[in-house]
Amino acid sequence: MRLEKTIWIGLFIIWVSMHMMACQRGIPREALMFTPESLADRQLQTRVFETSNESKLLEASAAVLQDLGFTIDESEVKCGVIVCSKDRNVTEFYNIGLSVIASLFFIDYEYATRQKVMASLVTRPLEQNRITVRITFQHLVWDTEKDLIKNERVNEPEIYQEFFSKLSKSVFLTGHEI
Amino acid sequence: MKKPITRIIIFFLIFTFWACAARQRNILEANDSQVRLRSIQSRVFDYSDRNRMLRTVIATLQDLGFVIDDADENLGTVSGTKRSGYSLRMTVSIRSRGDAQLIVRSNAQFNLQTVDDPEPYQQFFSALSKALFLEAQKI
Repeated sequence: MRLEKTIWIGLFIIWVSMHMMACQRGIPREALMFTPESLADRQLQTRVFETSNESKLLEASAAVLQDLGFTIDESEVKCGVIVCSKDRNVTEFYNIGLSVIASLFFIDYEYATRQKVMASLVTRPLEQNRITVRITFQHLVWDTEKDLIKNERVNEPEIYQEFFSKLSKSVFLTGHEI
Repeated sequence: MKKPITRIIIFFLIFTFWACAARQRNILEANDSQVRLRSIQSRVFDYSDRNRMLRTVIATLQDLGFVIDDADENLGTVSGTKRSGYSLRMTVSIRSRGDAQLIVRSNAQFNLQTVDDPEPYQQFFSALSKALFLEAQKI
């Protein structure tokens, strides 16, 4: 009887934990809300160009994205959208060394091996012959076990600044900060 | 009185069949009233310019931290994903209603679940309304 009681308690715990797993953490409250950072992000990701030729600006943008090694996945000129991505090996040399050392002690050392960068570029005409270009980058990083270890936005300002300096050169125009 | 082992077998059988039922159900989401879902996912806007509305939707999604995955002007749809430790994928579609109105419908999935809670949709439409207002004011 004592054994039966223990088994029942065990099963009850399994049942409760299965239910807890089923009710995973839901969508965060701030996921679809403007946050104080939204404006700063917009300023970082946007430049204004003084031109009225949207398709030329999109052409130049596509060329810069290709220069940076992206392949175009999707585009819709009528909405001013270009979607692109690239897959890269991000294995660092020292990580291979560390994993060899770790394996001597029978330890699994996992490190980032593969990265997928996704970007969407959107143009939007303003009044007075001005067009804004906004680009956003996100990246996914997988480790040696093919587990997803990073799934987030790219926040480094240098990346955005570099992209826009290349785009400015490509269109022979200066992109102004908004 | 039944033997404990019989009870345990019954317990596991119930679980197995339960799991099967859940898997079948997820192919076509029949777990919520379609009418209720449609009403929380849709809003009507007094706005007639489809292209402008699409561009405003795209800008709103970008402001909310989404990367656009796909846009189609003819069909009037935009899809985007927000990644911030989680994946929130959203599709927004636009349809004309008469000559002066547009119906905007959005649906979202959070990681591997459908979002059927009204609050995130309310937040999205409030963000879109603000963007449309600013657009009208030309700020």
